[in-house]
Amino acid sequence: MTAYDVEKGDSVHPGKPVTVDRYTGGARINHWITATSLVLLAISGLALFHPSMYFLTGLFGGGQATRAIHPWIGVILFFSFFGLFFRFWRANLWAAEDGTWMARLADVLTAREERLPEVGKYNAGQKVVFWGMSILIVVLISSGLVIWDQYFYPLTSIEQKRVAVVIHAAAAVTIICVWIVHVYAAIWVRGTIGAMTKGRVTGGWAWRHHRRWLKELVSGKKA
Amino acid sequence: MAGFNFELPNPNTRDPKSDLGPGDYVRRSASSVPAPSRQLTPVAKLIDVSKCIGCKACQAACLEWNDMRDRVAINRGVYDNPQDLTPQMFTLMRFTEWVNPETQNLEWLIRKDGCMHCEDPGCLKACPAPGAIVQYSNGIVDFVHENCIGCGYCVKGCPFNIPRISKVDNKAYKCTLCSDRVAVGQGPACAKACPTHAIVFGTKEEMKKHAEGRIKDLQSRGYKNAGLYDPPGVGGTHVMYVLHHADQPQIYAGLPGNPKISPLVDLWKGATKYVGLAVIGLFAAIGVVHHIVEGPNRVSDEDEANAERLAGGRR
Ligand code: HEM
Ligand code: SF4
Repeated sequence: MTAYDVEKGDSVHPGKPVTVDRYTGGARINHWITATSLVLLAISGLALFHPSMYFLTGLFGGGQATRAIHPWIGVILFFSFFGLFFRFWRANLWAAEDGTWMARLADVLTAREERLPEVGKYNAGQKVVFWGMSILIVVLISSGLVIWDQYFYPLTSIEQKRVAVVIHAAAAVTIICVWIVHVYAAIWVRGTIGAMTKGRVTGGWAWRHHRRWLKELVSGKKA
Repeated sequence: MAGFNFELPNPNTRDPKSDLGPGDYVRRSASSVPAPSRQLTPVAKLIDVSKCIGCKACQAACLEWNDMRDRVAINRGVYDNPQDLTPQMFTLMRFTEWVNPETQNLEWLIRKDGCMHCEDPGCLKACPAPGAIVQYSNGIVDFVHENCIGCGYCVKGCPFNIPRISKVDNKAYKCTLCSDRVAVGQGPACAKACPTHAIVFGTKEEMKKHAEGRIKDLQSRGYKNAGLYDPPGVGGTHVMYVLHHADQPQIYAGLPGNPKISPLVDLWKGATKYVGLAVIGLFAAIGVVHHIVEGPNRVSDEDEANAERLAGGRR
């Protein structure tokens, strides 16, 4: 049996406090390219989504420029997320304890960690974010291509474009909500942001939130 | 004969004064406008397909007035030229060879296609750019190119498949109903050029009255289904047709039977927007409230101590 959730680059450094390497430099760069693209997409998309936010086109050099650049950022996001997906998908596979964790969401939200099952590198909430983003990004890029009239206008009918534009808008709203959950969780659970900036967390953070992952790291390759 | 003149007077070429401006907007895309101080008389162009001889003088006049030259097209064995509306061709004669099942006669149907100037314009409803599409109180729907961002949403909003996006400047183009000519008391260039008066222009009331006479005439000649095309699904249009077979508009190169703004466009521009913004706002608000109520989820010294104990023995 291979290690449960341990990924390349994860390792423990004993000390006071213990530090745990969580993300490699490559994973972090990959993450922040993805994050930047999604934020820029959300801003440029919202500018065209509702008149009250049209002023945001100013950030991109006007309406024409916003319209032209938005789909290209989407292409960057797609390939960049593809990279994240291949780095993280294995550790995000659904595990036995995830159902229990989900069922105790009330304890999660009130920070009663002691009532939660020990989880691996990611908890069920993070996994939902991961798979939700994965699916939504595929939906967004496919519906986006259908309404990318500058290059693909002749390939679909107007009726198909109408369907695509509704799906694109709905998926965009959903991914922004997923993104809010994601960012909020990173802020609320103190000590998390360092995972994606410095690449490491403290042992106490890992003990508190991802104990099974920590135990596997300490006990060596086999779980 | 209805009380209007087929021949509109020639313009005053000395310093013509435009009498149509932003003060006459009744709708402006992605924004609101103050109620206009005056209500212009609604105008309309009436296209009597039974009188059209397919000479394309209107197409030529449109190019001439708007100072556009489309590329020389390819002959595909049909009279339609070009094959479709383009950013330079705001109006297009569409030819259909139709065998009337009742008489077995081959009827050559010719319809002048172009913007219908809907009372409830789907293009304007879909447009995300403030002021890129406007509607005047006389009914003319116009694209304001300085504000156009080339997104193509008007194409999705239009029930008649009219707007075309230019590959040159990435802006949307369509028939203006010669708003610049109407502004100085003229009619559209196509109406001016039409040798048979198949295209006439005047107030919407006059045009309806004129159409009535034409319809009676057609009915007396055996076209019992002759009628006016002024589709109520889009609130009526400021370009209307007299059709000899008004019971089946589709035979005229796919003129929609009951055009209206697609329910998908209503959904996209209605519920999606408001529900969408509300849901995003709600998620953000829940985050803020949760943090205020719950406080940060901090790692305790005990957690660190536990980790040290666990990791302690190893290196
Ligand atoms: C701009 C604001 C963002 C911040 C502050 C942020 C922060 C973080 C942090 C701290 C982590 C590490 C969490 C952990 O390891 O437990 C993380 C992981 C991750 N982030 Fe972000 N992120 C942002 C935007 C995004 C965007 C836009 C995406 C994708 C569309 C994204 C996708 C991911 C994924 C897939 C992971 C891996 C963790 C998992 O699988 O659950 N992030 N992010
Ligand atoms: S026909 Fe199309 S482009 Fe013309 S006013 Fe109606 S919706 Fe707009």
